[in-house]
Amino acid sequence: MATIHDVMPAFELFQPASIEDALSLLERHRRSVWVLAGGLDTFDWLKDRNKRPQVVIDLSGVEALRGIKATSDGGLEIGATTTLTEIANHAVVKDKFKLLADSAELVASPQIRNQGTLGGNVSQDTRCWYYRSGWTCYRAGGNICYADTPTAINREHALFDANRCVAVNPSDTAPALVALDAQMVIRNSSGERVVSAEEFFIGPSIDITRMTVMEPGDLLTSIRIPGTWAGAKFYFEKVRDRQVWDFPLVNVASAIKISGGNIQQARIVVNGVAAHPMRLTAVENQVAGKAQSEETATAAGELAVAGAQPLAHNAYKIPLMRNLVRRALRAEATS
Amino acid sequence: MNWFVQRGLNPWNEEILTHAQWNLLYAAIAFGVLFMLAHTLYVMFWPKPAGGHTAPVNPEAAARVPERVKRHSFAARAFHWIMAASMLTLLVTSFAPILGWRFDWVQLHWLAGIALTISILYHIIHASFWLDFWSIWLNREDVGEATTRLKRALGGNAPAPRKSGKYPWDNKMYHTAIVLSALAVVPTGLFMMVRVRNPLFARNPYMFTDGTWGWMYVLHGLSGIGLVGLTIAHIYFAIRPEKIWITKSMVFGDISKQEFLEHHDPQRWVVEGQSAPRP
Repeated sequence: MATIHDVMPAFELFQPASIEDALSLLERHRRSVWVLAGGLDTFDWLKDRNKRPQVVIDLSGVEALRGIKATSDGGLEIGATTTLTEIANHAVVKDKFKLLADSAELVASPQIRNQGTLGGNVSQDTRCWYYRSGWTCYRAGGNICYADTPTAINREHALFDANRCVAVNPSDTAPALVALDAQMVIRNSSGERVVSAEEFFIGPSIDITRMTVMEPGDLLTSIRIPGTWAGAKFYFEKVRDRQVWDFPLVNVASAIKISGGNIQQARIVVNGVAAHPMRLTAVENQVAGKAQSEETATAAGELAVAGAQPLAHNAYKIPLMRNLVRRALRAEATS
Repeated sequence: MNWFVQRGLNPWNEEILTHAQWNLLYAAIAFGVLFMLAHTLYVMFWPKPAGGHTAPVNPEAAARVPERVKRHSFAARAFHWIMAASMLTLLVTSFAPILGWRFDWVQLHWLAGIALTISILYHIIHASFWLDFWSIWLNREDVGEATTRLKRALGGNAPAPRKSGKYPWDNKMYHTAIVLSALAVVPTGLFMMVRVRNPLFARNPYMFTDGTWGWMYVLHGLSGIGLVGLTIAHIYFAIRPEKIWITKSMVFGDISKQEFLEHHDPQRWVVEGQSAPRP
């Protein structure tokens, strides 16, 4: 069980000034290292003694990981430690990729957005409270999911793709990035690789102990948003228990290109219903070429929830998700 | 760190077993590779006893052996290859993710497990009613013979043992090891299916206590790791030049008279078309 302490445990702290130094430290200490960006997911884990790294690498001194710059294709490259407030307030983000600005603006609270980073928001661990209590569940290397037992409290948990573990991804910016077809730039000591946001997030069937493809030694350095969806019609909505400082129960992010009143192309992503942001490709295919109407939106909502497997206490997420998808596709909703 | 098992905490703050120690997988792979290497060096460089490993066979009995001898029926071969395919699938789907190859393995794993279970049940029925059930099991004679062979193989002085019946003692040893591993891995695997979503069993994570589940996972993991070593050894012998005739017989079903007489005693394995040995 979690032991709550008000003080940080002892660890060796490194504060590199460059990406190269950070990578070298990650390589040297890869067995027991923790990467600290905004610290908002980190401090819970460390103070509760549920993660006990010997080494912490604080990225706050790495200037090269911060900032937003334009790319030649009309897109943007956002440094991984750029704060959520910077993203939410950035003029170009708001102008061309409002979806990301909207999602960043709905994360937690102003104080947390001032401190929290985009890289941290997409890399954060699940909020499943059984897992975060420090019990040895599947995700923690054990052989049981305490959230998927007949008596479990699982109202925040998964409707889809539950594979032994029923935890969900809690990020608000993640579905927006998948909808914008963002590319995640990952570096390690042997080079750089670029992974699409859609493939960056993984479910328990692929690796039950991680939520992203990041391996030990990897560092998320930036997120590239291609110009493809710049200026499209966007919709982001987050439903949570309280209207500030809370994780999503379900959120939806959509990017739609309209031509002559018809949906030319769409990317629709829902989070909070699986261990990864769930892109609704079947819905996207169904709405492509159709008029942006109430009828299309209603049919899309129905299709979105097909195959949902509710647990004992989270069936409410089915109508919630259905309605969010419907709202994302309504003509008056998209901006 | 415990060398054999991993432990964790349950919500009642009790220490529970969770899995076998996965580092043992590397030990099993290393053991398999070292075994292959040691055996290869033994075959290449160790001086062999003069006159071979076995005593000559009765010439009258040898003369009665037909030109082709059926070693494995179609049913037995089908079982072997279905079991081999499911076993390899089980090993890859369970251990490749531990070694770093990430893929959606759970469903493939339990499907292969069901295939293995059905093939084993089929084999038990087939071997009990249609085959010579006891021919594959070790008996007292095999133990004495194994000791003699081992002495001679290591350069000691011992009389040449008789050639084997249908199954040589090392074959029987391997079969016994596989049976023991299957007894551990199959029932535990079937119970573990109750913990994952599948169309065959209703999920019931409370079927056993955390402690019992822990033992089940550990036993399943340890026997699985053991099967890695056994599979490496099996494949190694299947492709060794002096054993390839056995592998061919597992494909085509029969062996030649020459192969039969080289490796088997016609008085211990009485083949079809041959009269029973005289007392």
